[in-house]
Amino acid sequence: MYLAKIIITLRKSILDPQGKAVHHALESLGMKSVEELRIGKFVEMKIDTPSKEEAEHITGEACKKLLANPVMEDFSFSLEKIPTG
Amino acid sequence: MTVSRPKFGVIVFPGSNCDHDAYYTLKHVLHQDTRFLWHKNSSLEGVDVVILPGGFSYGDYLRCGAIARFSPIMKEVISFARAGGVVLGICNGFQILCEAGLLPGALLRNECLTFVCKFVHVRVEHAATRFTSVCASGEVLEIPIAHGEGNYFADESTLDQLERNNQILFRYVEQDGSITQRANPNGSVRNIAGIVNEGGNVMGLMPHPERASDPVLGHTDGQRIFLSVMKSVVSDEYIHDYTGAERS
Repeated sequence: MYLAKIIITLRKSILDPQGKAVHHALESLGMKSVEELRIGKFVEMKIDTPSKEEAEHITGEACKKLLANPVMEDFSFSLEKIPTG
Repeated sequence: MTVSRPKFGVIVFPGSNCDHDAYYTLKHVLHQDTRFLWHKNSSLEGVDVVILPGGFSYGDYLRCGAIARFSPIMKEVISFARAGGVVLGICNGFQILCEAGLLPGALLRNECLTFVCKFVHVRVEHAATRFTSVCASGEVLEIPIAHGEGNYFADESTLDQLERNNQILFRYVEQDGSITQRANPNGSVRNIAGIVNEGGNVMGLMPHPERASDPVLGHTDGQRIFLSVMKSVVSDEYIHDYTGAERS
């Protein structure tokens, strides 16, 4: 069993107004050193397979086909083995 | 393919909320043969025009339209569209068409981050299409929008291609037809409010023509889009000949 941790973010070239608004709020809290802030999505997925390659393949397909929209989003993920039973 | 009496199908997804408005406009204002098509259907029941209505299909989970695109009926809609069938996506329907890959680009969160619900002016960019044939190029229509994610985005090369092929059908403008930043309610690139696919048979737009169609409500500009579609399916004039634009 593998646990996939997936991070989906707006592509760099796309303006993130939500991130900008939150950034402004941090600035008004006095956190002037925060230079940039972008907001994305986090997805966790448990995959029932003993093979890391297969888990990687399934996660990649899930991201490409549904979890992220390549027109506007980038994704990255990590996999960790979790004990079964 | 032409028919004497076109049949319209309005797809109903869980969370659609403008399905009845679209049905009412087509059936009771424009007197068309119209039916609802439940998203779990595996048949389009022989309709000539498919309407993907506005709303919040699947609660807008993940991304607007991302899950509706996998509803059983979308398989049929995609093959219908690929075979040249006429498909009109309104608001959430536009988002679904982009997610399904039937239209290029995507709809992002409004730049202002808020849900915007108001009348806007849109300019008809090209009248020689199935969706705009009863309009004149440059004509300004007053139609309401109601969305939180209507900020149209596509990369520069896609946008240039859309311009070259005359695929941008509607832009947000001032009342006098001029393109300004102020007239753009959601941050859409190049003020884009609606586009058509390369084949000219699939159109998506964020404004709601079905909300500006019943004379009782005081606005009828939206009718002009439905009238254009009706005209295009009863006569093949606009199917092969994109030069025959006229004003009726």
